[in-house]
Amino acid sequence: MALFGGEAWANPVANQMNMTKGVSEWSPYAMHMVALWVCVVIGVLVFGAMFIAMFRFRKSRGAVAEKWAHSTKLEVVWTVVPVIILIFLANLATGGLTTFADTTGADMTIKVTGYQWKWRYDYVDYKGKGVDKVGFVSKLEESSDRTRQLKSNLDPEKIQVEGYNTYLLDVDKPLVVPVGVKIRFIIVGGDVIHSWWVPALGWKMDAIPGIANAAWTNIKEPGVYRGQCAELCGQDHGFMPIVVKAVPKAEFEQWLATQEDEAKIQKAAQTAQNAPAPAPQG
Amino acid sequence: MAHAATHDHDDHHGAPKGFFQRWVMSTNHKDIGTLYLIFSLTMFFIGGAFAMVIRAELFKPGMQLVQPYFFNEMTTMHALVMIFGAIMPAFVGLANWMVPLMVGAPDMALPRMNNLSFWILPFAFFMLLSTLFMPGGGPAGGWTMYPPLSLQGESVAYVIFAIHLMGISSIMGAINIIATILNMRAPGMDLLKMPVFVWSWLITAFLLIAVMPVLAGAVTMLLTDKYFHTNFFNAAGGGDPVLFQHIFWFFGHPEVYIMILPAFGIISEIIPTFARKPIFGYRAMVFAIASIAFLSFIVWAHHMFAVGLPMGAEIFFMYATMLIAVPTGVKVFNWVSTMWGGSMTFETPMLFSIAFVILFTIGGFSGLMLALAPADFQYHDTYFVVAHFHYVLVTGAAFSIMAAAYYWIPKWSGHMYSETWGKIHFWSSVISVNVLFFPQHFLGLAGMPRRIPDYNVAFANFNMISSIGGFWFGASQLIFLGVIIHCVFFSKKKAADRSWEGAKGLEWTVPSPAPFHTFDVPPVIHDDELAHGNTDH
Repeated sequence: MALFGGEAWANPVANQMNMTKGVSEWSPYAMHMVALWVCVVIGVLVFGAMFIAMFRFRKSRGAVAEKWAHSTKLEVVWTVVPVIILIFLANLATGGLTTFADTTGADMTIKVTGYQWKWRYDYVDYKGKGVDKVGFVSKLEESSDRTRQLKSNLDPEKIQVEGYNTYLLDVDKPLVVPVGVKIRFIIVGGDVIHSWWVPALGWKMDAIPGIANAAWTNIKEPGVYRGQCAELCGQDHGFMPIVVKAVPKAEFEQWLATQEDEAKIQKAAQTAQNAPAPAPQG
Repeated sequence: MAHAATHDHDDHHGAPKGFFQRWVMSTNHKDIGTLYLIFSLTMFFIGGAFAMVIRAELFKPGMQLVQPYFFNEMTTMHALVMIFGAIMPAFVGLANWMVPLMVGAPDMALPRMNNLSFWILPFAFFMLLSTLFMPGGGPAGGWTMYPPLSLQGESVAYVIFAIHLMGISSIMGAINIIATILNMRAPGMDLLKMPVFVWSWLITAFLLIAVMPVLAGAVTMLLTDKYFHTNFFNAAGGGDPVLFQHIFWFFGHPEVYIMILPAFGIISEIIPTFARKPIFGYRAMVFAIASIAFLSFIVWAHHMFAVGLPMGAEIFFMYATMLIAVPTGVKVFNWVSTMWGGSMTFETPMLFSIAFVILFTIGGFSGLMLALAPADFQYHDTYFVVAHFHYVLVTGAAFSIMAAAYYWIPKWSGHMYSETWGKIHFWSSVISVNVLFFPQHFLGLAGMPRRIPDYNVAFANFNMISSIGGFWFGASQLIFLGVIIHCVFFSKKKAADRSWEGAKGLEWTVPSPAPFHTFDVPPVIHDDELAHGNTDH
């Protein structure tokens, strides 16, 4: 039952039976487990009573039907007790919801845009400073894409990164983020509705055209966390994975600086290219 | 007295002789009920065939059989056909057959409308299914038809017209059922003496009238967005894609109760019969159905926890949704209490009913978990949801329909079905359906989104188990078909008028098979013959 016990799987593992504990400061795992056990206990009681009834009150064992069909006392009990259990669960869930909804105090903002069938990431700000033109498209990496073609005869088992199968869960360019920083995501849809979901971060949020949704994470451990689009978005809905690469702060800052430099060089190159054509812009 | 009027004319003719006359022009509630049930069974197999394509493609990682777009057509069509073609018409068929017999009415209140509401359906589904053979293919945006995606399809107009027709059919059926129950009860059949099945349908019919026009409105807005340049749901034109989801689920959530309340009614008839003990807490059962129906109107946005609702809305819809667990719990506890102290036998209808109580409750548990908004941020749009709604719709709604078929087929056909084969069908179905759907909980929790045609190898084992369960469950339903055909055409075993020892209610006072016309003269009601309401509580 190791696969049922609470572990912080970064990525789905074979025969996994339960939700990951996640790697973010916020996680619905505890809520999920409480609800699960409440259900299991009630289930054991109710189904237990049913099986006892089915055994004891069989005609073949000579049971004679009783005539009663009502008991106010019992009915009050099984209306009130569930209400108490629900209040307990509701209280727990409201707490979880309140923390989740609080996107204030973020040290970093990333804009996520869903397209058919890829994601675009734009780094908006980091530690109170605007980020200069760092943004890129992230889509299914090429070997998965070849393998997933109908009757490709390629083996999905062969697609591995560091001993872990990444078939349909790897991208050409991952989203790089720092650990230990509260990151706010602004999530929008570019064409149809998508949903940005990385199980290890504990939530999904729909990417809807015309609406800017917000959500946050604060990743505790460096690692590579994989997810997928969770809202049906057309034929390649199953083929637009998400990869979040969480790295230590210093490493991230270095990476971000390199990206900013590259963006500058690219911009300069573009300006140079455009120079011979003196057509006024905008 | 009512007697005098019926003696004036000789109305004891049988069914019309000609096939066309009898079936196409029928105004008889029993024949129309039969038509509904046959139609529903046909759709069950067509929708099932689509499910087989889905499970075959998902048998192992990699794309082996169909293109992703066709896979999406299959998931969309499977849902539309099963919901609007199999489950809903089956319940309407059962209402047609049984409501007049249970309340002592000679027929439905509006027999010609009854004919129309049925005969619309084959045309609607012909149109819907024909889109699969058209260039551009059938609808592939999911049965929920969320724009903008659904508007990318080429078959929008066909699908929406088909849905309008289904809606008209449902509304007419609902009006007919309400009119029958409120106006045609035999003297002495007070509302609080009606069978729970009749109560459940009365309430369901009001839900149908309330929400089918909402669906019609939503899809009409889709239609004008697609073809007439309106911008209801187009963000670029000032519209809002989320608006559609609100309207759709304002229909959609009552809709899922439309598919389960009649099931509650059926189970509340069958369990007392085979426990030989009156239903526990009759009034509480009726009140619970009514409360669930009321709550169904104020919980719709729990389908939308991940669209980024304001926190206040999430909290409201979470609390309201959790409340549903209370009346639903009452129903389950009352069914168990009905069994407690009874004298039980386990014929096929009872087996399906017991399986219903257990497996529907499992679906209810996952429903409670899904109601918790923070946890739903993980569950939403995963196989956990797929497992949840198949537990409530397959082992819930569909099992109740099978239970009803076994329970009442002696009354319909005049023959007993083969108990051995009925039990084989039951055990084969109940085991396979759990092999099919239980592992899907694990897949969802492990992170497999729904509506995807291919997946990472980590999900391979449970998908293979689920697919094996799927093929097995599909094949098991051929046994069901065989049992029905055998019972109707070949069974030598005559059914008694009261086909089950513990059966109570007016439907068991008429001969088996039920003659073409029953209760031409309103029956004189003896309270101790009724299943419910005869004890003072």
